[in-house]
Amino acid sequence: MSEGPLLTVEDLHVAYRGRSGPVPALRGVSFIVGRERVGIVGESGSGKSTIGLTILRLLPQSASVSAKRLCLHDTDLMAASERAMRSIRGRRISMVLQDPKYSLNPVITVGRQIAESYKVHSGASTREARRKALEMLEAVRIRDPERVFDLYPHEVSGGMGQRVMIAMMLIPEPELLIADEPTSALDVTVQAQLLVLIDELIRRRRMGLILISHNINLVASFCDRVVVLYAGRIMESLKASELAAARHPYTQGLLACRPLIDRAQPELPQLTRDPSWLDAPDESRRGTGA
Amino acid sequence: MSVETSPKPVTWHDWLLAEAPQSRSQARLTRWYANWLALKRNPLAVSGVIIILALILMAVFASWIAGQSPYAQLLTARLEPPSMEHWFGTDELGRDIFARIIYGSRITLLIIFLVSIVVLPVGILIGTLAGYFGGVFDMFLMRITDIFLAFPRLVMALAFAAALGPGIENAVLAISITAWPPYARLARAETMTIRRSDFILATRMQGASALRIIWSHIVPLCLPSVIVRLTLDMAGIILIAAGLGFLGLGAQPPAPEWGLMVSSGRSYLLDQWWVATIPGIAIFVVSFGFNLLGDGLRDVFDPKGL
Amino acid sequence: MTTTPALPTAGARRSRLPAFFVHLLRLLASLALTFLGLTVVTFCIGRVIPIDPVLAVVGDRALPDVYERVRMELGLDLPLYQQYWNYLVKLLHGDLGTAVLTARPVLEDLMRVFPATLELATVAIVIGVVFGVPMGVVAATSQGRWPDHLIRLTGLVGYSMPVFWLGLVGLLVFYNALDWVGGPGRLDVYYEDIVAPVTGMLLIDSLLSGDTDVFWNAVSHIILPAGILGYLSLAYIARMTRSFMLGQLHQEYILTAQIKGLSRTRVVWRHALVNILVPLITVIALSYGYLLEGAVLTETVFAWPGLGRYITFALFNADMNAVLGGTLVVGIVFIGLNLLSDIAYYLVDPRAR
Repeated sequence: MSEGPLLTVEDLHVAYRGRSGPVPALRGVSFIVGRERVGIVGESGSGKSTIGLTILRLLPQSASVSAKRLCLHDTDLMAASERAMRSIRGRRISMVLQDPKYSLNPVITVGRQIAESYKVHSGASTREARRKALEMLEAVRIRDPERVFDLYPHEVSGGMGQRVMIAMMLIPEPELLIADEPTSALDVTVQAQLLVLIDELIRRRRMGLILISHNINLVASFCDRVVVLYAGRIMESLKASELAAARHPYTQGLLACRPLIDRAQPELPQLTRDPSWLDAPDESRRGTGA
Repeated sequence: MSVETSPKPVTWHDWLLAEAPQSRSQARLTRWYANWLALKRNPLAVSGVIIILALILMAVFASWIAGQSPYAQLLTARLEPPSMEHWFGTDELGRDIFARIIYGSRITLLIIFLVSIVVLPVGILIGTLAGYFGGVFDMFLMRITDIFLAFPRLVMALAFAAALGPGIENAVLAISITAWPPYARLARAETMTIRRSDFILATRMQGASALRIIWSHIVPLCLPSVIVRLTLDMAGIILIAAGLGFLGLGAQPPAPEWGLMVSSGRSYLLDQWWVATIPGIAIFVVSFGFNLLGDGLRDVFDPKGL
Repeated sequence: MTTTPALPTAGARRSRLPAFFVHLLRLLASLALTFLGLTVVTFCIGRVIPIDPVLAVVGDRALPDVYERVRMELGLDLPLYQQYWNYLVKLLHGDLGTAVLTARPVLEDLMRVFPATLELATVAIVIGVVFGVPMGVVAATSQGRWPDHLIRLTGLVGYSMPVFWLGLVGLLVFYNALDWVGGPGRLDVYYEDIVAPVTGMLLIDSLLSGDTDVFWNAVSHIILPAGILGYLSLAYIARMTRSFMLGQLHQEYILTAQIKGLSRTRVVWRHALVNILVPLITVIALSYGYLLEGAVLTETVFAWPGLGRYITFALFNADMNAVLGGTLVVGIVFIGLNLLSDIAYYLVDPRAR
């Protein structure tokens, strides 16, 4: 077990190339992730999805990235060669995407896709990889893994597809998992099950988790720490347990917008955005590793 | 760039780029202008247009450019290589090849024009009717389209040309008969999409007859994609026409049709290669020009690259 | 793209086979209908001839009752639909009439010439696929950079070439000037009639009988026309492959593959390419069809004794039976290609089942 944080991000700037100049996505983002669950909350366009892609260095060529530090333990992710990154992807950092309808290859069976994930990092034989994949399917609580192995993505339900995705991303046993809106495409009933599953797997393997979501409730109930992102900057960073005492007006606004079932509310408040937040100084506090 | 509510726009350019057009015609013109700008920036399209313009100019000003008659035979000057007097040399009857190439552009343009005016109306008519009325009518028309699509165009054109006899009008007819199906399909597809839209429903509720709806509303909307498709296909049509000419089924001698010229130059290929080769280059250049334009149009109107 | 995710039922896989046959039957019915339509078209073309077929037989000095007699013999006094019916029945029995030039049944002639064209087209399509698909993939993965531009340009040039002219120029350069390839025809004169025609395709027959020098001579003769046709089909295939690949490279499953740490090669060839196999099959089938078209002109230039040359010769000799018979065969081949590609989809795409 290594001491110190898993992932260190310091002053990260990312801009995409637009038709009339660069479009900033992240403007000076800093945070640390240890072997804990960190949730990144933000609305559409806040840059939250960019974070995951940036860490894995999977942004389009035309995007510009700069940071004071972007490290996994001591490995500098900015300076690593493409070959080095390929051995990091999947093996040390993995990412689960939102909708298995689109994120799984439609013409390859789900089992083979999971097995491939194992093979590429371990060099195991097809038979061995298949065995491991079946094990993994059981680990994500899929009944009848033998049958599911040979199914195609369009033949499985959304919830099952996400389990496949999780299996595929955890089979090489990474240290850090990024989950980009993992439950947003699922029914509410299935969402909870999936989160419980992720929670269990993360704990058992002592992994770090970055959960990206627009849903502050989800993040609050599931994560240890919450980072609030707005327009590419971190507005506030605090422990999930202290969320009720949030100080930044944006966070307070997000919290206030949630419909509450146990209290009477004449009107659901709207989120107001103060333009001054766009230029606010970096508010991120370094959280200590759990 | 927004248009103020003040009556006079700043310049035509500004008016055409307005984000909030004030009238329907302005909206349409805005769209056309935006497309035109995009097209201008596309090097493929620009080169294609240049070539096509050159073709048109050649055809119009043929007598000035050529300087000599394409029909004047001088049997003492047969099969001469390119020289200052005859830029492309002379053919087997002593005719100046350069002049024949220049005048041949008229035939090429004629074929393009004739095929277009046959294929466009027929294709759009069949397509829109099939798409609008649907049902058995649609099935029947689509079966016919399928049959024609099931045939390779050149072979079909050959069969028709064989039946009809040689000659440029028959060649045009043969090509048109085999070329219209894709446009009917395209028009039908567009019609079926448009047919369900709200404004068509509104017009129907106002009591417009089917024919009126098709003519005033649907046809204008189908027109752009069909024209783009026709431009894309034009290169192929030119090649088929040249092929028919090569086989002697197009324009007849002594007409300076390029395909025919390649064919007649074939016997002299070994020693007097220019007689057959140069007309082929002309065919290639024109076809290439249309392909460039077509690719450019495709880039602008459908950037997915299909 | 996908249907609503349904929980798979046990035995779902087993029920796929009968569904396949139903699909196949429906396909065959549709194609039979198209074939019928084809025969109507050829029948109509046959009727459109300005030449009165009776006069063609009796000459224009014949007496009226001779004219009438021949007319009745040819069945021209029957109503049109009955003439069509007779025509169709004869067709289905393989009676395509008699060729003027050879005085043999058209069907027999066609069986003789078709393999030559088949051989040419097949070698050409192999060239087209083997070079065209990788070129399209490279163009897509290097979009906007020079390999892409170069490949697109090559494709555009290929689209714009008149094939008959390219054939002539090719002969001039590679045969006359450089002597790298054999000349017109399938074989040099002294190699003809050595090999027993088993399939009609020289490359196969010569290998079967072990005459390797005949084989190499046949190769030297087929390489130029097949290369030219191959170039044309390569242009089309590369273009379409590029377009399909571009469509795939933006999909999310490609991102997933990259997240897994797969190499770029593997992502492109193992993940993206397999997703475009279905439309690619259509493209290849279509390209094969276009090759048959191109063969008509190429065979004329290369004196290749195939279907294309047969049709054009028949054309020059006003032999409508032969022309229409040949046209019909080409149409049947097209329909056959359609059928094959539909079957291929079914086998390749798991979603089609």
